[in-house]
Amino acid sequence: MDALSHLVDGFAIALTFENIGLALIGCVVGTVIGALPGLGPSNGVAILIPLAFTLGLPPTPALILLTSVYYGAMYGGRISSILLNIPGDEPALMTTLDGYPMARKGQPGEALALSGLASFVGAFFATWGLVFVAPQLVKLALLFGPAEYFALYTLAFATLGGVASRNQAKAAMAAALGLGIAMIGVDGQTGVPRLTFGDIHLYDGIDFLVAIVGLFAISEVFLFLEHKGEGEISGVAPKIGRITAPWSMIRGTIGTMTRGTVVGFLAGVLPGAGASLGSFIAYTTEKRLKDRDGTFGTGDPRGVAAPESGNNAAAGGALVPMLSLGVPGSGTTAVLLAMLLTLNITPGPLLFNQHPDVVWGLIAALFISNIVLVLLNIPLVGVFVRVLQVPPRFLMPTVAMISFVGIYGISGSTFDLLEMIVFGVLGYLLRKLDVPLVPVILGVLLGNAMEVNLRRALTISDGDWSILFGSPMAIGLWTFAIVGFLAPLIFGRYFRPRIADEAPGEGTDPD
Amino acid sequence: MSDRALGVACLLLAGFYAYFAAQTQIGFISDPLGPKVFPYIIAGVLALAGIYPIIKPDQPPDWPPAGRLLEIVFATAVMIAYTYALPEVGFVLATAVTAGLLSWRLAAGPLSAAAAGVVISVGIYLVFHTILGLSLARGPWGF
Repeated sequence: MDALSHLVDGFAIALTFENIGLALIGCVVGTVIGALPGLGPSNGVAILIPLAFTLGLPPTPALILLTSVYYGAMYGGRISSILLNIPGDEPALMTTLDGYPMARKGQPGEALALSGLASFVGAFFATWGLVFVAPQLVKLALLFGPAEYFALYTLAFATLGGVASRNQAKAAMAAALGLGIAMIGVDGQTGVPRLTFGDIHLYDGIDFLVAIVGLFAISEVFLFLEHKGEGEISGVAPKIGRITAPWSMIRGTIGTMTRGTVVGFLAGVLPGAGASLGSFIAYTTEKRLKDRDGTFGTGDPRGVAAPESGNNAAAGGALVPMLSLGVPGSGTTAVLLAMLLTLNITPGPLLFNQHPDVVWGLIAALFISNIVLVLLNIPLVGVFVRVLQVPPRFLMPTVAMISFVGIYGISGSTFDLLEMIVFGVLGYLLRKLDVPLVPVILGVLLGNAMEVNLRRALTISDGDWSILFGSPMAIGLWTFAIVGFLAPLIFGRYFRPRIADEAPGEGTDPD
Repeated sequence: MSDRALGVACLLLAGFYAYFAAQTQIGFISDPLGPKVFPYIIAGVLALAGIYPIIKPDQPPDWPPAGRLLEIVFATAVMIAYTYALPEVGFVLATAVTAGLLSWRLAAGPLSAAAAGVVISVGIYLVFHTILGLSLARGPWGF
């Protein structure tokens, strides 16, 4: 087993004092970020990237820190879902359906323990999935030429727009905005400045970290200003008691966790669909299969285990396309992609050949952080419950100031800070208008690679556009892209999260 | 109405985008496609995507009342002022004032907002500068 021997090497890299320490810090910070309503995985990781970068961490430790935060946020989101009926982040939305009723019935400790265990099962097996699936995808991706890459990027935007958003036109709009922003700056192939309006600050293009932090973090502050005073956490968290789940309850949910993990992992691997979709599909399949007595929604343990295993499995699954193809499967993995690009590492098939230490060190670190997380999240969950009591009026200014510190640390330029504020206002407007932010980010990140591949393909064919459909693989990717974009239009209502349709789109944090 | 405005804004933006992309000066060596075509494609997609909400707008978003919008404008102004104040007065003072103002507008009482501003500012300074060694803006007093 090739993958296993690589994994052993990975553990040799990850098991250093420094890396374990970083994983530990990442897990704690991530759980806190996930638990706090208003801070989710994507904006949490977005704020931390510039900091990890300016601290001068080498690639592997930086990635270990941030993916631990990512996994941790997926664990942490459930705490406020169960105790307060407020999802700590969007993927934890489905956990409120049965988790809160369970807490009301006097079983908050059981719900927390069971959901922590389900999270562990989902994340642990999804990481194994990553170990075995990613190298297979890499083998396939090594056959890709520029035309196939162009089709693959289009596929990512198409499925993102089709599956994960409510309005295809607005998703396309968001993608075009992001791609358009990426075009600003000196063109890499001919060396001429484009769309810079003669401003020398723009010659270098717009730093995607500035765009990400502005769109995700600063816009969140504006949303809180708009809704201040509403939905403040007023109630005191219920007394938790013992945080254990009886064996009979665990045994009753083993099948649920298995199904949730498989379904969630598949949803995560699909480009464009992230952890929210994973937890949604896991919950609905379980409900359709097993809800014979109508107990779902009234505090059924299976209704807690299904979305939590699904959401954490999807979080691991989303790393598969990000690492092996360079195409992120969700909002947060898009943010992690930004991290890699900043560190001058291009994800994709070559990453596995050129930087196996980064990939396998990261995967080994994921196993370690999983174990740390389950220890943090079951026995020590009480500590995190206390964190929930931090009111937004102190939290949000802190978030804003840390965003400024991070961006200022990269370049020390006032221009970048102003740019970030502009992106914050833009992000606020787009959220209000229900235009999804993830395609914007993806466009900013992938725009240049997408253009380069298009131009390379057409250089090979000397300007003949038919090369884009010139191989069976390219045709397959295009077909998948078109189906992924159009199919939800035809039977979308049936498939799409109905609860997500009802929830106000503006407040959602794209996982 | 908001969606129609969004659609029109997209159409205008697409037009401007294509116009400014057309201004790109091409050198004498270029690949077959050149640096203009992809921006044209993007402008085309943006324009097409902008037409749909004009024809079939979604439910209008619930815009906040004017007072709350003013809050957001005020917060934006505070942040812009902050970026200019940073190099002048240094990190600690600028951040304390900005964080305090934001906290005050997020419904903290004046006294606790001021305290929060100072705590946030000094806290970030200690953690990120003193412990982690990040370079922060230096004012006339060196902090």
